[in-house]
Amino acid sequence: MTVEAQAPPVATSRATVHRSPRQLAWRRFQRNKLAVIGAAVLILVALAALLAPWIARHSPTAVDLTQFRQPPSAEHWLGTDSAGRDVFARLLHAGRISLFVGLLASVLAIALGTVLGALAGLVGGWIDMAVMRSADIVLAFPSLVVIVVLAGVIGPSVTVLVLAIAAFEWPTSARVVRAVTLSLREREYLQAAKSVGASRWWLIRQHIIPAALPPVVVVGTVTVASAVLLEAALSFLGLGVPPPQSSWGNMLNDAQNLTIVETMPWLWLPPGIAVALTVLAVNFVGDGLRDAVDPRQRTAAG
Amino acid sequence: MAAFVARRLGISAAVFLLISIGIFVLVRAAPGDPVSMMVNPEDTLDGGQQFVEAKRRELGLDQPVPVQYLAWLRHALTGDLGYSYVSDRPVLGVLAERLPPTVELMGTALLIALVIAVPLGMLAAVRRNTAVDYMIAALSVTTISIPSFFLGIAAVYVLTLKLGVLPSAGMSTPGQAGVLDAVRHLILPALILSLTIAGPFVRYVRSGLIDELDADYVRTAEAKGATTLRVLSRHALPNALIPLVTVVALRIPHLLAGAVVLEQVFAWPGMGQLAVSSIGRQDYPVIIGFALYVAVLVLICNLAADLLYAVVDPRVRLT
Repeated sequence: MTVEAQAPPVATSRATVHRSPRQLAWRRFQRNKLAVIGAAVLILVALAALLAPWIARHSPTAVDLTQFRQPPSAEHWLGTDSAGRDVFARLLHAGRISLFVGLLASVLAIALGTVLGALAGLVGGWIDMAVMRSADIVLAFPSLVVIVVLAGVIGPSVTVLVLAIAAFEWPTSARVVRAVTLSLREREYLQAAKSVGASRWWLIRQHIIPAALPPVVVVGTVTVASAVLLEAALSFLGLGVPPPQSSWGNMLNDAQNLTIVETMPWLWLPPGIAVALTVLAVNFVGDGLRDAVDPRQRTAAG
Repeated sequence: MAAFVARRLGISAAVFLLISIGIFVLVRAAPGDPVSMMVNPEDTLDGGQQFVEAKRRELGLDQPVPVQYLAWLRHALTGDLGYSYVSDRPVLGVLAERLPPTVELMGTALLIALVIAVPLGMLAAVRRNTAVDYMIAALSVTTISIPSFFLGIAAVYVLTLKLGVLPSAGMSTPGQAGVLDAVRHLILPALILSLTIAGPFVRYVRSGLIDELDADYVRTAEAKGATTLRVLSRHALPNALIPLVTVVALRIPHLLAGAVVLEQVFAWPGMGQLAVSSIGRQDYPVIIGFALYVAVLVLICNLAADLLYAVVDPRVRLT
């Protein structure tokens, strides 16, 4: 706390440049090196997954029993698995399904959470009560354990995985959107809209969602990170993405065998590193976004 | 206080009933017929259908779902969870023998997590917004970003398979049972499980302590000449740790999620391993039993969090 704070320069040319809140947020985000690195890593991972068929020279499902469990070579960059399938090709294609599951589940969760949170905040009363109590109950349960039971009973599939993850990840965004809605509810412009007969749906679409978007994007990154981790853990247990389709999680399923862990690290190291790197990048980007969107709530990660 | 406890208990019971219905309907609606799994294919050639029908009646699978539910609930409330389709043993007994290993694993992990997180959280709070603080934050983000089972596999690869210093599977070495052997088996899974919750704990300790360090009574203590150590240990830390009590209670169910996955990696004979293997065998009574156990654990932990918070912090109004 410096008492003799310098007076701001009065009329230099730089001080007259006006920046929109979005530009200011972007500048704050760029100042966070880990977040920028994280964003770069995410772009690379997403590109590698999107362009998988063009980058990998082999098919991810082509079985070649003459070439099974081969160590990395010029032909098979990351070796081959127990069925002679190219690990590099499987890794890239697995990225598609793992990112797809993570993103789709998160988008569903965030959309559901946003609508429920906005309704709870706007309408209040028993709807608010019901939504918030359900959120408490869902949050209290360890999502992985419940999805293990769900997937175990219904049978593992990508649909079950996406819906189950979404069903357990919506409360975070619902709480955030509800808080934003409550703070907006009494503001003049919302009262004005209401007084000229705007419907609830109109208020949510035109006023609440735009205002709630920045904090929702921040908690959304946390949702994506946990969705990717959930997919990996469930597929590792054999309760997520079913084979022969490869996902980062089910590629690690092979590593429940000690012989494979010991003699064939090329089978389990790449998918594990891919998950860790992706989730780490998402979390660092999330921290950067939080600082950028709301500089008052600075977190230490930087 | 009594009214508060009664109210909380009532809410918990209502939530429990709701969840038990959900679990039961889901399991009954599941595809796959557990009875057919118990029939030798050769038996179905002559009179096998009768055997299947008899078995269905015996297990109560021919009744409508609501009737099945009520009958089951009546039994479940008295501790009778039926018999495992696989081993024919009472489900309660099967669950009970898997409980101690999981409790041992989770308890040790919780302890390690606190031992790691409290000092690191304190350090981050005292050195807030310095390089030390940023490093601790980056470290805790890293620990929650790496899948625990991948970390487990990597640790087994290095410590067991390459260096041979720690065992990788089970709770003891046959023929070498002893405290030291048990600790050697426990240390790796417990340490890795602890890392899944240490990160959030660090954040809670840090933010809790920062709030207290800004409080007037800390400034008063400093003004009276108390040393930094004394201010921390006698004044700020006890208050900062109050919210941690509830956080710990609420995190216990999530610790179970980590245990489910890690028991698979370390061949730890606990509840998680039981659940995953029961799913593979369509052993529905055991799956229901496990799901109920989770529901009870979650409700107890939430109740404990509410009550503890009211007990440790007298400022909380009990209504």
